[in-house]
Amino acid sequence: MPAVSSRRPGRPRLLARALPLAPAVVLLLLFLAGPIAYCAYIAFTDLQLTGQAHSSFVGFENFRAAFKDEAFLNAVWLTLVFTVLSSLVGQNTLGLALAALMQRASKPVRTLVGGIVITAWVLPEVVAGFLLYAFFRREGTLNAILDWLHLPTQNWLFTLPILAVSFANVWRGTAFSMLVYSAALNEIPKEITEAAEVDGAGGWRRMWHITLPMIRRSIGTNLMLNTLQTLSVFGLIWVMTRGGPGNRSQTLPLFMYEQAFQKSMIGYGTAVALLLLVVGALFSVVYMRLLRTEV
Amino acid sequence: MALLTGATLRSRRVGRRLAADAGLLFVAAAFVLPLAWVVLSSLDAHADLRVRVPDGLTLDNFDAVLKPDITFTPLLNSLVLCGGGTALTVVCAALAAYPLSRFRSRLNRPFLLTILFATCLPITAIMVPVYALFVRVNLIDTVQGTIFFFAASQLPFAIWLMKNFMDGVPRELEEAAWTDGASSLQSLVRIVLPLMGPGVAVVTVFSFVMMWGNFFVPFMLLLTPDQMPASVSINDFFGNRGTVVYGQLAAFSVIYSTPVILLYVLVARRLGGGFALGGAVKG
Repeated sequence: MPAVSSRRPGRPRLLARALPLAPAVVLLLLFLAGPIAYCAYIAFTDLQLTGQAHSSFVGFENFRAAFKDEAFLNAVWLTLVFTVLSSLVGQNTLGLALAALMQRASKPVRTLVGGIVITAWVLPEVVAGFLLYAFFRREGTLNAILDWLHLPTQNWLFTLPILAVSFANVWRGTAFSMLVYSAALNEIPKEITEAAEVDGAGGWRRMWHITLPMIRRSIGTNLMLNTLQTLSVFGLIWVMTRGGPGNRSQTLPLFMYEQAFQKSMIGYGTAVALLLLVVGALFSVVYMRLLRTEV
Repeated sequence: MALLTGATLRSRRVGRRLAADAGLLFVAAAFVLPLAWVVLSSLDAHADLRVRVPDGLTLDNFDAVLKPDITFTPLLNSLVLCGGGTALTVVCAALAAYPLSRFRSRLNRPFLLTILFATCLPITAIMVPVYALFVRVNLIDTVQGTIFFFAASQLPFAIWLMKNFMDGVPRELEEAAWTDGASSLQSLVRIVLPLMGPGVAVVTVFSFVMMWGNFFVPFMLLLTPDQMPASVSINDFFGNRGTVVYGQLAAFSVIYSTPVILLYVLVARRLGGGFALGGAVKG
C-alpha cells in the first residue's frame, strides 16, 4: 500500500501545503502581530492625540513615569485585587464546588443549575454589566434582600466598588471553570473514589487526597485561562462603575483607556498596555508549559 | 456484613444527593436573581432596579424599543460585523488547520505554539495601538476594518480548536480520494469538513458569540453612531435619552441576548451539554 505521506514533497507540493495557511497568517500578521509590534514601539515615544505634530523617542520615560504615578500603582493594586478575588478565589473555587456537587446531584437539579450558570456566561458583556449594576445599586435587589433580612444596607457601588465588580466577574465567569472541572471530574474512574469510600474516607479527605491530585492539570490550565480572561476585563467594569467612584475600581485596562483617550496620552497609555501584554505573555508561557506534552 | 455496608453506603448516597441538590439550588438562586430582574422588568410597565413580580404583564417596553433607530439598526450592524467576522474566521481557520492537521512539517510545532501563545494574550491591551494604527491606515470607523480585527483576534483560538477537531477525522477516508486525484482543497471541502460538522459548528458559534457580546472592539474602532452594534448602542439608554427607562433597557437586553443564548443551546445540545468546549479548551 503506497502511503501517501511518504511521497517526497517537491517545491510545488510544499507551496500547495503552505498556501492554505496564507490567509490566516496574513490576517494575524497585519492585525495582531502588527499592533503588538507597534505597541512595543509607541510605548517608548511621547505620542499624543492632540497639539503635537511629531512624536519623539523618549526611551523608558513612560515606564519610569508610570512607576512614580500613584494612579498607576493604584490600578496595579486594584487589578491584583480584582484578579485574585474574582478569578483565583471566586470563579475557580465556586466552579470546582459546583462541578463536584453536580457529580452527586440529581439530574433535573444538575440541568437547571448548569443552565442558569451558563446563561450568565453566554450573556453579552454589557448586558451582564447592567444586570449586576441593577443588582448592586442602592435601590437594587441586593439591598432589598438585606433590608428584608433586617441586615444593614449600603450603596455597594460607592462603598465597595472593587468588591462589587469582582462579584460581577464571578457571576459572569464561573461557568467556564464549572465546565472545565466537570469534564475533569468525569474522567476520574468511579472505582477509585468508591474504593476510598468503602475504606471510610470522608468527603473532604477524598477531595483533598484523591480528587484534587488527579485533576491538578485541569486546575493549572483553568487558573491560567481564568486569570488571563480577568486581566483583560473592560466592558463589565466600564458599565458598572466607569472605574469610579474616583478611581476606586479602575483596573489597568480602564487606566490605560483613560490615559490614552481621555487624557490623550497615547504613548503613556500604550506603555501601560505593553506592561499588561507582558504580564499576559508570562502567564501564556506558564500555560504552555502546563500543556507542553500536547503539541 | 457486606450487605449492611452496602445499605449504609446507599442511604449515605441518598443523603448526599439531597445535600448536593440543596447546595446547588442555593447557588442557583443567587445566580438567577440578576437574570430574573431583566426578564421581569422587561414585562413591567413600572420597572425599577429591583427584582419584583410586575402588577400586570405588558409588552409596552418591547413595543417602545422595537424601532429602527433603537433596535433594528444596531442589531443589523451587529449581524454584519459578527457575521462577517465569523465567516472570515471560520474560512481562514479551516484552511489553516488542514495542513497543520494533515501534513507533517518541521514548522507545525513552532506555528502551533505561536498560535497557542497568541490565544492567551489579553486583546484588551492592544486596543490603544490598534486604534492608533487604524487612524494611520484610514481603517478607523470602517466596518471592514472592524471585521478584520474581529477575525484576527478570534483566529488563534479558532485555528487551535479547528485543528483539534480535524485531528479526530481519520486520514484513511481521504487517502482514497487522493489516489483518485482529488486535490487537498477538494478533500478538505468534500470529505473532512462534512465529517467534522459539529466541530465546525462549535467554532462558528463560539466565534459569533464572542464577537456579538464584545464591547471594547467596536467601542474603540467605530465612531459613527449609525454604525454601532448593539453592544455599544445599549449605552444610549443612559445619558443621551435623559432619564433611564429601566423597562425598555431590560426589553432591549432581552432582545439583544436571545440570539446568542439560542445559538449556544443549539450547539450544546448537539454536543451533549457544552462540555465538549470545556474539553477542547483543556487541550
